[in-house]
Amino acid sequence: MKLNINNRILEVDVDPATPLLWVIREQLELTGTKFGCGIGQCGACTVHLDGQPIRSCLTPVQQAIDKEITTIEGIAPNDNEWHIIQEIWIEEQVPQCGYCQSGQIMSVHALLTNNTSPTDKDIDEAMSGNICRCGTYPRVRKGIKRAAATLAAASNTIKGNNGEVD
Amino acid sequence: MGKWTRRAFITTGVLSGGALIIGVAIRPGNRADKVKDLIAGEGDTVLNIWLKVNADNTITVIVPHAEMGQGVHTTLPMMLADEMDADWKNIKMLEAPGNKEYANYAMGKGFLMGPKDIPSILIGTVDGFFLTATKQISLQMTGGSSSVRFTGMFAMRVAGAAARSVLLEAASEEWEVAAEELVVKNSTISHPASNRMAPFASFVVKAANLSQPAKPRLKTSEEFTIMGTSPPRFDIPSKVDGTANFGIDVVLPNMKYAAIKASPVFGAKAKPLEASAIKDMPGVHKIVNLEGAIAVIADGYWLAKKAINTLPIEFDKSDHDTVGLNDIYDKYLRDMDSAIAEGNEEKDVKKGSIKDIFKEATNVIQAEYRVPYLAHATMEPMNCTALVKEDGCEIWVGSQNPLGFANSVAEVLDMDTEKVLVHNQYLGGGFGRRSVPDVAIQAALIAKEVDYPVKLIWSREDDIRQDHYREANISRFKASLNDKGQISAWNNQFVFKHDPEEAPHIPYGVENQFIHYTNSETHVPWGYWRSVDSSMHAFFTESFMDELAFKANKDPYQFRRDHLTNAPRFLKVLDLAAEKANWGEALPARWGRGISLHQSFGTIVAQVAEIEIVDDQLKVHRVVCVADPGYAFHPDGFTAQMESGIVFGLTAALYGEITIENGAVKQSNFHDYQMVRMHESPKIETYIVTSDNWPGGAGEPSTPGIAPALANAIFNATGIRIRELPVKNHELKADSKILG
Repeated sequence: MKLNINNRILEVDVDPATPLLWVIREQLELTGTKFGCGIGQCGACTVHLDGQPIRSCLTPVQQAIDKEITTIEGIAPNDNEWHIIQEIWIEEQVPQCGYCQSGQIMSVHALLTNNTSPTDKDIDEAMSGNICRCGTYPRVRKGIKRAAATLAAASNTIKGNNGEVD
Repeated sequence: MGKWTRRAFITTGVLSGGALIIGVAIRPGNRADKVKDLIAGEGDTVLNIWLKVNADNTITVIVPHAEMGQGVHTTLPMMLADEMDADWKNIKMLEAPGNKEYANYAMGKGFLMGPKDIPSILIGTVDGFFLTATKQISLQMTGGSSSVRFTGMFAMRVAGAAARSVLLEAASEEWEVAAEELVVKNSTISHPASNRMAPFASFVVKAANLSQPAKPRLKTSEEFTIMGTSPPRFDIPSKVDGTANFGIDVVLPNMKYAAIKASPVFGAKAKPLEASAIKDMPGVHKIVNLEGAIAVIADGYWLAKKAINTLPIEFDKSDHDTVGLNDIYDKYLRDMDSAIAEGNEEKDVKKGSIKDIFKEATNVIQAEYRVPYLAHATMEPMNCTALVKEDGCEIWVGSQNPLGFANSVAEVLDMDTEKVLVHNQYLGGGFGRRSVPDVAIQAALIAKEVDYPVKLIWSREDDIRQDHYREANISRFKASLNDKGQISAWNNQFVFKHDPEEAPHIPYGVENQFIHYTNSETHVPWGYWRSVDSSMHAFFTESFMDELAFKANKDPYQFRRDHLTNAPRFLKVLDLAAEKANWGEALPARWGRGISLHQSFGTIVAQVAEIEIVDDQLKVHRVVCVADPGYAFHPDGFTAQMESGIVFGLTAALYGEITIENGAVKQSNFHDYQMVRMHESPKIETYIVTSDNWPGGAGEPSTPGIAPALANAIFNATGIRIRELPVKNHELKADSKILG
């Protein structure tokens, strides 16, 4: 079967019932997506299917056919630049052990795609599916607010420019 | 993280390419021949190698500790670089290989001797003793909040200062000027009088031939330029883009995957399966019968896991098949009672005479506290990849104790330890769990049966049910108050005592104390769990202090103050916590504040928790944390560790509960072994107090104090005294407020 992952089409030969997580990690060797619980409780395996955050440990690979799969390896605009969330994650020194952070960042990415001014309640709702055993929650929250502000400022600039052109 | 070749680290002196390697013996000179024999095998050198100056003037610092998020791969190089006056921008880090050359003598020394200076007359024997001890237990451990305290202070700073000294001497000889006229800064040496300047690298050949000073002068904290700042951690960029390699991420040619099913009742044997049991399972290659478990090797983890779930695996009966948690508690109580009856308590602290006091006392307070077992639940489930050949074994794993793992694997494979090579990876959480080599032993035994590498992955269920647990415990108190409301006698009994030594001790001035414990063996495996004994004793002692304050009709903060007149360091931390938390200011109805004070791993921490009972549910709003670690070498990293420890301790206090039923662990995954999540995570404010004391730990000391601060806040809001964790098992009614 063919998979569209991080804008590349890759061919894999696996049982269609295999959870997407293990195909990503073992067949495609993209190990940034993590195994944490296997029952959709911890969020370490979060990836995007057509932009929506999903738990890849519970999603059979066949459900990902003909959809765009995005993993932590695919969010930066290019090899030499960070995504704004990654940049802020480094500035705020968010990760500790780092194991849950791919999943955290993918959940943040989905949140901020739809909402560039999330309230604390929005953050709670979007992020309560991602467990961090190192307790980086205060820094994740701070990072989200900074990333949101940066994205909102960027989007205002674009709107402003458009206004001038019009 | 850079990679080692097997032999690259054993030589000393100038390497090809002009690199200078500085090795620092932990106790230079004055070693008796006997000690040499104890520590150096044939071809061994007693030097530990901590840094090299490369030809391009970059400096590589070798760190003998694992990175598990505590930032040690950054903080230890900072300590070395600062003493060396090196350019921080050109510092690199390499984790030491799991090799006995890096057995952590500095940590062994720290644990045995603490910060005390060793009397010179004892140097030979003491060094011999601790070097022998550390060599025997192959200590290259990351734990006990020890990296900065011992490796940093005993090895990194000394190595940096020694390197600076020989480079300076080399420059002085080369330029024929007095060393005093030279200036060392940013990895260069200059002679302002003659306007000369050259990088460290230009002096390394000469410097390598000079003998290093046994006791180089170390900087005072006023002279620090790197220590005490918070440069970005080296490991973080790889942790935001998925490139960090954890143990579970290892990919090797021809590698296959293993899943395992171990006996739910600890210690029971598995009934061996026939090799043919997998004949109808495509992609499944082999069954491996281990003593207490069955493993299956397959093309992928999911296939292996599916197979293990399908196979008819059975376990032999064991003596523990009917044991439940209450049986364990009953046994504890029987053993505690009989220890008292027979007068064979293990004495921990004995001061004055509690008997005399209790005889006369009129205000005697007693209480019994309990905590259940706890699992570690690191986010990365246990795993290990192994390749076993006739002439050696390689393992890839995230370990807090790579040398111990090598030893254990060598033993089960009946190989020399030198033939086992451990490739240590990033740890997806440690918390003590990754100091136990059980999964590495299993992986090696499984891989021994095939000629390709095998990655063994535990499921979350395996991880929760096959842990080495923070023990369940019971702590019984009896104390008396005199007519001034001061504690006159303190009697405390509990089961077991591990680390840290000071866990059950109180900082308060109580003249008559008897603190004692009893061993009460069970079949449940014990393991180091973040802050170890302090994870329960702070809850016990600081909750009981609150009970005494209430009985004395005093404010809990003032009551503690009244008992700290001879403990100014504690008092300062407590006072600052109270001030920052607005202690004494009125709170709305259904809100409460609780305070705690506890020292562990050399760091004093006070915490104030602020909570609210909303619709009979607990909401933790804010935690103020004040810590005196002596000195915080990387303040932002220290702050992150305080936050981390508090969230970890809060999870345990609110939800943490491993129960034993029919000899086995009942819980299995995050749905029934709950974790604090984003929406429950309080606002945490950390304040660091600097004192002149020997540096304390960072990774553990904030975990103990949150449970009592929380329980005391619940009492403040509701009048309900929590004497058994976790809090989730208690019904909290806001309307039962009995306090003014």
